[in-house]
Amino acid sequence: MMERALSILSKEKPQDGPLLQVEGLTKFYGARIGCADVSFDLWPGEVLGIVGESGSGKSTLLSCLAGHLSPDRGRVIYAGRDTVSMAEPERRMLGRTDWAFVHQNPRDGLRMGVSAGGNVGERLMAVGARNYGAIREAASDWLGRVEISPGRIDDRPRQFSGGMQQRLQIARNLVTGPKLVFMDEPTGGLDVSVQARLLDLLRGLVRDMGLAVIIVTHDLAVARLLAHRLMVMKDGRVIEAGLTDQVLDDPQAAYTQLLVSSVLQV
Amino acid sequence: MSDHAYNFAYLDEQTKRMIRRAILKGIAVPGYQVPFASREMPMPYGWGTGGVQVTAACLTPEDVLKVIDQGADDTTNAVSIRAFFARTAGVATTEATDQASVIQTRHRIPEAALTEGQILVYQVPIPEPLRFLEPRESETRRMHALEDYGLMHVKLYEDIARHGEIATSYAYPVKVEGRYVMDPSPIPKFDNPKLGGMAAIQLFGAGREQRIYALPPYCDVVSLDFEDHPFVASKADHACDLCGSEVSYLDEVIADDRGSRMFCCSDTDYCAGRRAAGHRGRLSPEEVA
Repeated sequence: MMERALSILSKEKPQDGPLLQVEGLTKFYGARIGCADVSFDLWPGEVLGIVGESGSGKSTLLSCLAGHLSPDRGRVIYAGRDTVSMAEPERRMLGRTDWAFVHQNPRDGLRMGVSAGGNVGERLMAVGARNYGAIREAASDWLGRVEISPGRIDDRPRQFSGGMQQRLQIARNLVTGPKLVFMDEPTGGLDVSVQARLLDLLRGLVRDMGLAVIIVTHDLAVARLLAHRLMVMKDGRVIEAGLTDQVLDDPQAAYTQLLVSSVLQV
Repeated sequence: MSDHAYNFAYLDEQTKRMIRRAILKGIAVPGYQVPFASREMPMPYGWGTGGVQVTAACLTPEDVLKVIDQGADDTTNAVSIRAFFARTAGVATTEATDQASVIQTRHRIPEAALTEGQILVYQVPIPEPLRFLEPRESETRRMHALEDYGLMHVKLYEDIARHGEIATSYAYPVKVEGRYVMDPSPIPKFDNPKLGGMAAIQLFGAGREQRIYALPPYCDVVSLDFEDHPFVASKADHACDLCGSEVSYLDEVIADDRGSRMFCCSDTDYCAGRRAAGHRGRLSPEEVA
């Protein structure tokens, strides 16, 4: 009992340093640049937006950070541990516990042949949950939190709408209480009203769970709503970084000015 | 007599050596699927080409071979494989479990406890327990390497969510020595408890998929389950209608077109042995007559 209380206390204790430190991250595709010389720190509870046009290296950067691609140069330090040089089992374990990855297309992040409950429960079972009742309860709880009726727990994702699939993917990722979430265009392909609800939901979850988030998007409105800080990428390099409002309201780099002025004002 | 047009046990010596290497590696790493260069055999895939190659690599001229198919010694598959080795290896064959030194089986473990010195060879159609959950072979290999087995429980979860219980009744996944998750070939889950702690060597051969894996004697084998839905080795809730056994695995046989049916031991040698010892079941011929 005492031990448990202590472990909760130590978990609650705010961390001293940044959650994620990135130094000189570089990835080449042959002779071409994927992303080059990216450095930043991410603090617990902070939401970092990465914006830029298609092909600017946003997704490459995200994949390198999440360990899906191995970078050619640079270091990624998560909570004091170098995730680039760490052994694959350890990285996978991080991917199932401390990290989460929300794909743009829910079909990439969900198991379409497995029920909603099974999808949410997979991460729990992967880290050793072996009590069916408890897994099901957690799944049902999480479906409720992402506004999916728990009555649909045994339905396959195929039977869900696009917005529901995306919310299911989020539930599946957050069920193990991660600290760092990578999101790749989480609102892409959804219509605007569904986007708005999803953003609302994400904002609430991020605040309630104190998540650190790295969100890649080409939609400046999404960045404005969710991100505390913004990095603008072009041709694989970071050309501007700063507080979201600062970057969007007073863009310095010529490309950022172009990007901001390209947004349609309704 | 051996047919001298063939090398002993059909395969050439180099091939048998290659297969023996795979078998030894399999025994050294229990539950790990060892790739091997599976040969064309004079029978179609799905008829036991993997098991036949493993048996061929294990046989010595002194061996006594038994072959069963779903527990029975007298079905097509069993009869033809037995005839195949009687012809190409000239080994003695038997239907008695306790007299055999090598037993090739399709989808059953004999009821009689096996002893040290015996080898049980399984025919395996699909060796990969994760196959229907993750179609990519490259990914399943990585999952085995990294012990990333959460998906296996997702399958059992789905079973309970849909059927109220773990409905997987054959090819029930097991964990070997706390490390590899293994497909025990499509044996009924009734046989799963016999896999662990068995005195005999158990070898698994998948011909089409080119994999061999093994369980050394007295190996630790656990059937996967949930705390609140534990593994249950199930069988039909009847006694054998021929020998009266209440503990053996039963086949259900439709007896006529008016819905009458009978249950009898799937292990024919076990059933015959019991009848010879005087045990009688509900439909034993002596009583009907």
